Amino acid sequence: MKHLLSTEDLSLANAVRILDTAEEMSSVGEREVKKLPALRGRTVVNLFFEDSTRTRISFEAAAKRLSADVINFAAKGSSVSKGESLKDTAQTLSAMGADAVVIRHWASGAPHRLAATDWIDAAVINAGDGTHEHPTQALLDAFTMRRHWTKLSGLPSAGADLRGMRVAIAGDVLHSRVARSNVWLLRTLGADVTLVAPPTLLPIGVERWPCSISYDMDETLEKGVDAVMMLRVQGERMNASFFPSTREYSRRWGFDDNRLRALDSLGLKDTIIMHPGPMNRGLEISAAAADSPRSTVLAQVKNGVSIRMAALYLLLSGDTREPAATLKESN
Amino acid sequence: MAEETTYLIRGAAILGGDAEDLLIRDGVIAARGADLSQTDAAADMAARAIVIAADGLVALPGMVDVHTHLREPGREDAETVETGTRAAALGGFTAVHAMANSTPVADTAGVVEQVYSLGRAAGWVDVRPVGAVTVGLAGEQLAELGAMADSRAQVRMFSDDGICVHDPVLMRRALEYVKAFDGVVAQHAQEPRLTAGAQMNEGEVSAVLGLTGWPAVAEESIIARDVLLAQHVGSRLHVCHVSTAGSVEIIRWAKSRGINVTAEVTPHHLLLTDDLVRSYDPVYKVNPPLRTNDDVQALRAALADGTIDVVGTDHAPHPSEHKECEWAQAAMGMTGLETALSVVQHAMIETGLMTWADFARATSTAPAGIGRLADQGRPLEKGEPANIVLVDPAARWTVDPSVMATMGRNSPFRGMELPGKVVATFFKGHPTVLDGKLNTPYRYPSEAPVAGAAGAN
Repeated sequence: MKHLLSTEDLSLANAVRILDTAEEMSSVGEREVKKLPALRGRTVVNLFFEDSTRTRISFEAAAKRLSADVINFAAKGSSVSKGESLKDTAQTLSAMGADAVVIRHWASGAPHRLAATDWIDAAVINAGDGTHEHPTQALLDAFTMRRHWTKLSGLPSAGADLRGMRVAIAGDVLHSRVARSNVWLLRTLGADVTLVAPPTLLPIGVERWPCSISYDMDETLEKGVDAVMMLRVQGERMNASFFPSTREYSRRWGFDDNRLRALDSLGLKDTIIMHPGPMNRGLEISAAAADSPRSTVLAQVKNGVSIRMAALYLLLSGDTREPAATLKESN
Repeated sequence: MAEETTYLIRGAAILGGDAEDLLIRDGVIAARGADLSQTDAAADMAARAIVIAADGLVALPGMVDVHTHLREPGREDAETVETGTRAAALGGFTAVHAMANSTPVADTAGVVEQVYSLGRAAGWVDVRPVGAVTVGLAGEQLAELGAMADSRAQVRMFSDDGICVHDPVLMRRALEYVKAFDGVVAQHAQEPRLTAGAQMNEGEVSAVLGLTGWPAVAEESIIARDVLLAQHVGSRLHVCHVSTAGSVEIIRWAKSRGINVTAEVTPHHLLLTDDLVRSYDPVYKVNPPLRTNDDVQALRAALADGTIDVVGTDHAPHPSEHKECEWAQAAMGMTGLETALSVVQHAMIETGLMTWADFARATSTAPAGIGRLADQGRPLEKGEPANIVLVDPAARWTVDPSVMATMGRNSPFRGMELPGKVVATFFKGHPTVLDGKLNTPYRYPSEAPVAGAAGAN
């Protein structure tokens, strides 16, 4: 792997390798000295064109635990806000000797541009691009699900996939890079995915995705599900007529207290509730659901550091046992 | 100085038919026939003519583009009338319609006359300015269409291209008003509310890429409305760059009802699909967007059966910094003048869908009719204006935008091997292109010499 741009074309072998490496990395987080020397002398740039404190500090913690030098480049308050182009920014970082660029961008495809052009020759990690993908989020979600799934079956986590696991992803799929990355990665790992959303918040063309579609949250729960992932919904979508009101959204598609109780009455005692954060409590998820023992929200955050350590390690340590599966054809 | 030289094109397949000679003198075709040097009437002239051996070449009427962005005035960093018309001549064109979205907008007699004059000074092709329908392309108030029609530029085509005349009342009035001078309204069919922030065709690929979709219905609903308006007021409508299978169906229906509508398709919509956007390379960003293969096949069939009347390039050069960026930041548009013939040959002729005679209809006769250009798109017969292009259909070439005459480097055909090469272009009897290279521009008798116009730049 040279870059980590998407999960759409991440092979099963590479996906499992990242998950397995993250298991090893997670043990570093348990130590008193949470640091490995693996990337000493390497420079990782966090290039953020969009505010995301959570993702940035997760990558920063990951890079620092691997002893890399970290530069945070926020587009706001920098030359970018004065109109510098992505090309010039990339060439500047290249000239400064960046080994890896972790890029968060509001424009779908911006990481692909960095990877496909000759503007910079560093490893590129997509930390979320527009409404396209957020591969490390999907990987940390899969990591969280795999730990849960293998614990239930009593099998070791390393090397395992998610065959047979039933996952519901609910909410604003249309605008969600998290949903896209999860759909592709969960397909690769063998899980059965159902998207639950109002028809207005599903993209045209979704029927070709490797998953089922439902407009009915309760029916999805009744059919049985092992993980429910709630997506963040922005209240402003109401103004663009994606749904009539936040209350109606909450009633029909939110994970509220009634649905939390329904999991118990349906006998789904091992079903977990996931959320990529930040949560809108009372909108897509109730406070009781977010704080319940089923919730994996904080485990996801913790696992995020391990996944990002694994990604940085595999891209920068020169471990290239397999050809780059994520590098799309360049020109 | 009028063209004194005589040219003898020897043995060209006229519209792809039998090989004949064409004798060109004083701006017209002086004779046509098999082996003119043996023909009594023409032998004298033929003997003194410069001979152009045209074995294996196809002779066609000079191509007429109904849809060109020359960018001047205002964006001379993207293209000028001089560079754009050089590209046109090299591409086999003898006339182009310069779209109105310049800066200032071509919405007054003054601006269209300026573009017209620049075109005559350049001398590579006829430059026919398109007038804006509304002041400043703002879609609020009709521009002085009559003044532009009466100007030296004699504007007959009006368009807010790039922006849809979406107000139905304004569109109705424009269609009605241009009847006074036999004008036509060329509509960029794009319902604005359905395409807010649109980045690419809405469908399977946009769903995966997370780019805001430009749904086919946004084009089709405007075309449906406009053909009904054209019928209601009894006027002439031209639909720019048709891009969807559904649009084809609506236009076919309208024509069957006798509605006076013509339609255009670009070369890129005849060949490329939205799968290319998976690269996120903005060279594939265009408006209307690249669609699906089903749309491409429907457009080809429609061009072949005449439902779509003409090929229009929508040649849209942009400076490199407007394409070397994120997809969402990039400008929309592709160059097309120097690749149009080859792309249409590849998509339509080599597939057996069209003959060279059909090609002449779609690239010359029909577009000249839409623009009301009396001396373009004429038959290659004795006495007709000598606007002629010679094509080597057997040639193969690889597209390299860096060596093109246009200033734009944004060709989506970059690196593709395409058939067909323009060997010579005659504009008003003068060879603007010879041996596949630019020759010299035509000089209008009353305006020669124009200082600086012929200089290399």
